[in-house]
Amino acid sequence: MKPAMFDYVRADSAEQAASLLQRHGEGARILAGGQSLMAVLNMRLAQPALLIDISRSTELAAIVVKPDSVRVGAAVTQAQLQAHPEVPPLLALAFPFISHFQIRNRGTVCGSIAHADPSAELPLCLVALKGTVHLRSARGARQVPAHDFFTGLLSTARRADELIEAVSFPRPVPGESFGFAEHSRRHGDFALCAVAAVISAHGLRVAVGGLGDRPHACELPSLSGAALDEELNELAWSLDVRDDPHTSAATRRHLLRHLARQAIQQARRQT
Amino acid sequence: MSHPVLGRDALHTVHLTLNGRERRGQAQPRLLLSDFLRHELGATGTHVGCEHGVCGACTVRIDGVAARACLTLAVQVDGRRVDTVEAPQGEHPLLDALRAAFKRHHALQCGFCTAGILMSSADWLQRQQAAGQRPDEGEVRDMLSGHLCRCTGYTPIVNAVMEVACA
Repeated sequence: MKPAMFDYVRADSAEQAASLLQRHGEGARILAGGQSLMAVLNMRLAQPALLIDISRSTELAAIVVKPDSVRVGAAVTQAQLQAHPEVPPLLALAFPFISHFQIRNRGTVCGSIAHADPSAELPLCLVALKGTVHLRSARGARQVPAHDFFTGLLSTARRADELIEAVSFPRPVPGESFGFAEHSRRHGDFALCAVAAVISAHGLRVAVGGLGDRPHACELPSLSGAALDEELNELAWSLDVRDDPHTSAATRRHLLRHLARQAIQQARRQT
Repeated sequence: MSHPVLGRDALHTVHLTLNGRERRGQAQPRLLLSDFLRHELGATGTHVGCEHGVCGACTVRIDGVAARACLTLAVQVDGRRVDTVEAPQGEHPLLDALRAAFKRHHALQCGFCTAGILMSSADWLQRQQAAGQRPDEGEVRDMLSGHLCRCTGYTPIVNAVMEVACA
């Protein structure tokens, strides 16, 4: 499998990349770590006219720790954020499930968000934490909350002339605790179901990946017991889950009920 | 300063340091690093399996970091250091130790996956050592989960990596 032909250009900054996107429009794709895009190109599921390589941009490789958030630039690899002292605690729990270390070495945080696979862990965590996507085009910059960013299967609110220049994860506040649970056929495979749980003063927030066409988050009133079982069951049936070649819808709903309890228990143990 | 657009039909010169030696070759933008190493530079120690990042056979080290050569473009390594299983004896003590341990433990049969496993293990063990950590067998198996081997059943590979890790 070899990619179809394309032109290639490096960009050192968000501004350069945005101006290239403006000039070349929908035929251009941003190449960061390439761990999703290169596989897609090799299988010729996409045949862009131009690749804009931001992987060597130092401007986009910054992890900026602010008082209330951690801003992760478009060229920051998953391995770099995983090793960072301010890695958001939910992500620290999720990273070991993300593919393999050889892939995390090059795969970027923003690239996974841009790819928007409904089973991927990073979009799920961004939605669970109510993070923000920072988009830039030649027309200017805008910010989109995570729950508005993912619009469907591999689809996002990013416009053709925009790049994700960074994503922000809120930093934990005192009293907040986190849990993460996932099931896949083999270690490192895409999740059949993944669940993130966030417990805070506002209550319990659960986010689910692998069921439906995008990660889904909701607040649940109960933390335990039969009431929680009932809520998780309702959540499982509220999502648009279908049988597919990987597994049945019934299995995915079962996994959600089971994994959500695991994630919630993990979060509760920290409180 | 903006970079030139490399045209799809043209051949572009790629300079790199391959296993400590300055090398250069020609590549179209779409040429994968795995094919560039094998067909342009004649470095056939790096094997090509699935070509979508799953099997791990083509794993090399780019500026020291283990990465899939099939998910990297040749033009992306211009000016960088690439290390493969062909790195000469004496250059990377950890790689030397791994190669010897793989031999002792019969950690390969057909050898197709071995080059990638050695490069991953060398990067991973180097980081473990730098952090002063001694990995356990579970962590070694976790690291090896990024590689497919259809001969050995992994047990001798785990044993070989563990021997070097605990040396």
